[in-house]
Amino acid sequence: MRRMAEPVVKVRDLMKYFPLRRGIKEIITMKPRRFVRAVDGVSFDMYIGEVFCLVGESGCGKTTTGRLITRLLEPTGGHIYYKPTGEVASQIPEKCFAEDGYVDLARKLPKHVDKLLRREIQIVFQDPFGSLDPRMKVYDILKEPLIVHRIGGSEEERREIIYRALSEVKLVPPEQFMSRYPHMLSGGQRQRVAFARAMILKPTVVVADEPVSMLDVSIRAEILQLMLDLQANRDLAYLFITHDLAVASYLCTRIAVMYLGRIVETGPTDEVINNPQHPYTKALIAAVPEPDPKNRFKIREVPIKGEVPSAAAIPPGCRFHPRCPYAMDRCSKEEPPTLEVKPGHYVSCWLHAKK
Amino acid sequence: MNVPLLEVRNLKTYYYTLRGVVKAVDNVSFTLERGETLGIAGESGCGKSTLAWALLGLVPPPGRIAGGSIVLDGQDLTKLSEHDLRSKVRWKKVSMIFQGAMNALTPVFTIEDQLAEPLMIHKGMHKDEARERIAEMLKAVGLDETIMKRYPHELSGGQKQRVIIAMALLLNPDLVIADEPTTALDVIVQAQIMNLFKEIKRRYNIGMIFITHDLSLIAEIADKVAIMYAGKIVEIGSSDQVFGNPRHPYTQGLLRSIPRIRSKEKITWIPGVPPDLVRPPPGCRFFPRCKYVKEQCRREEPELKEVEPGHFVACHLYG
Repeated sequence: MRRMAEPVVKVRDLMKYFPLRRGIKEIITMKPRRFVRAVDGVSFDMYIGEVFCLVGESGCGKTTTGRLITRLLEPTGGHIYYKPTGEVASQIPEKCFAEDGYVDLARKLPKHVDKLLRREIQIVFQDPFGSLDPRMKVYDILKEPLIVHRIGGSEEERREIIYRALSEVKLVPPEQFMSRYPHMLSGGQRQRVAFARAMILKPTVVVADEPVSMLDVSIRAEILQLMLDLQANRDLAYLFITHDLAVASYLCTRIAVMYLGRIVETGPTDEVINNPQHPYTKALIAAVPEPDPKNRFKIREVPIKGEVPSAAAIPPGCRFHPRCPYAMDRCSKEEPPTLEVKPGHYVSCWLHAKK
Repeated sequence: MNVPLLEVRNLKTYYYTLRGVVKAVDNVSFTLERGETLGIAGESGCGKSTLAWALLGLVPPPGRIAGGSIVLDGQDLTKLSEHDLRSKVRWKKVSMIFQGAMNALTPVFTIEDQLAEPLMIHKGMHKDEARERIAEMLKAVGLDETIMKRYPHELSGGQKQRVIIAMALLLNPDLVIADEPTTALDVIVQAQIMNLFKEIKRRYNIGMIFITHDLSLIAEIADKVAIMYAGKIVEIGSSDQVFGNPRHPYTQGLLRSIPRIRSKEKITWIPGVPPDLVRPPPGCRFFPRCKYVKEQCRREEPELKEVEPGHFVACHLYG
């Protein structure tokens, strides 16, 4: 594992708008089309060797961001700069590079380059019961990416690769698991297969979208440990997406808190958890239940009111202002700038802007 | 000595499937006092939801109560006919907040119509009388009266969950059972709903059974905790005892597997998977996953033994 000074992924102003269907009244009165602004100007960097976490409530755009980076969705705007290395970099023609060694994945790329780069960024989904084809054996599930990307010439070679992938995710002995169908595996084992499938192409970036939230509490730690073990032996950056701050704080190097399509606070895990600056982050942390029976005698102070508004009607100015206990006049008018409060710790809030 | 509000004794609830008999709840006993909250924790498939259904006589077929008794206020619910359960027990004495209940509100009726129904049926109230009671209850759960005229799709998840809680409390039940009442909610809303439960607990002197897989939530509300594994209660005691001094290896493992927000302590997991309840292992059901397993565990089933006053553990480690 090596940590580079330069980020492997630089996301800049990433946007994804989903159009809403217009009602008959809106069409007749020629109202403009409305959009759900799921991701609305997100920027962050990811480094090899770290676990970068996007945390937020449902509907904040964290999953959409993950899917944009994996390119399962086309962005509406913005850039996803990716720095390929070694063999892959040498196969990419000069004209595809956007700036010093980075390729912009949000741009249209020639087909063979596109395919090459898709190998580099893989994803593990939340639901291990839905993300594996129930009619395919584990062997075939793992063989498919090899076929698609033409890896391994002969069947023996591929079998060898699959064996190795299975033993790496500790599904041993591999012979025993290869011929099983997903329904014959437990949730934890299925999630291991999902990780094997993502790792078999030797990616540099793996997006893990709530990989443990569907699993029983007693085996969650097993999958989290597997993630760290897999990273220890290779050059890999994780984008970990979760709603659970306790898991994020346990696993991640840096945390970005999302609210309604924007990142409101980013920083090293300890900084964000112990020294949160944004009112929303503070509320999120205050709301996390803890396994301490003394809590039953006290009401938990959650300083913010109401619930997340719809991403189709984002409030003007700072999008958090209708729920913010410190909202000022300015907050409802202007979007707050992103400021560095400590090295590496950024927050978007008018409270921290210099007067 | 005072009589407990609820006394469950050797309750067995089995599902008679083609594959065999699934012993989802097997010999479960506990008591609950008025004003007390019992938290039941366990992994998926441990029988905790089945236990809740059994308490209401609502076990879905092919399941049924195969033995034991459920005595509520001196009356054995297992002996009552379906008609009596329906007219005398459910909602009036015991109400339940089901998992995902907020999605069970009918989309075509207003909140008022839906809340008026139990009042009209059980209390014979007229709609206007019902309205007053509904307004009062909505206020108690932190909602505005105007919500009465709304339809479920106009409410947010948190608001719908509050409506469901209001519905459960409408007829002043003695016992409220909440099965994963916050699972579908976001953390902040979850914290708000947990605060509401704490308030309800303080204001109304009712018994509450709180079922969840999340031990942190149990710690937030329960006075007494029961840990279930494979259809059995393996440990039960006051919440200070179970959280502060867990004795069963399963409870210890569960507590060590929860990441805590301000602690860097390494979390661990319990290897293996829960057993198939059609053919549970002989002896202790936890032995295949237990690191302290002895010869005796493979043969003899451990019984609940009192290790300190009020703290019971089913494990051969404590002889």
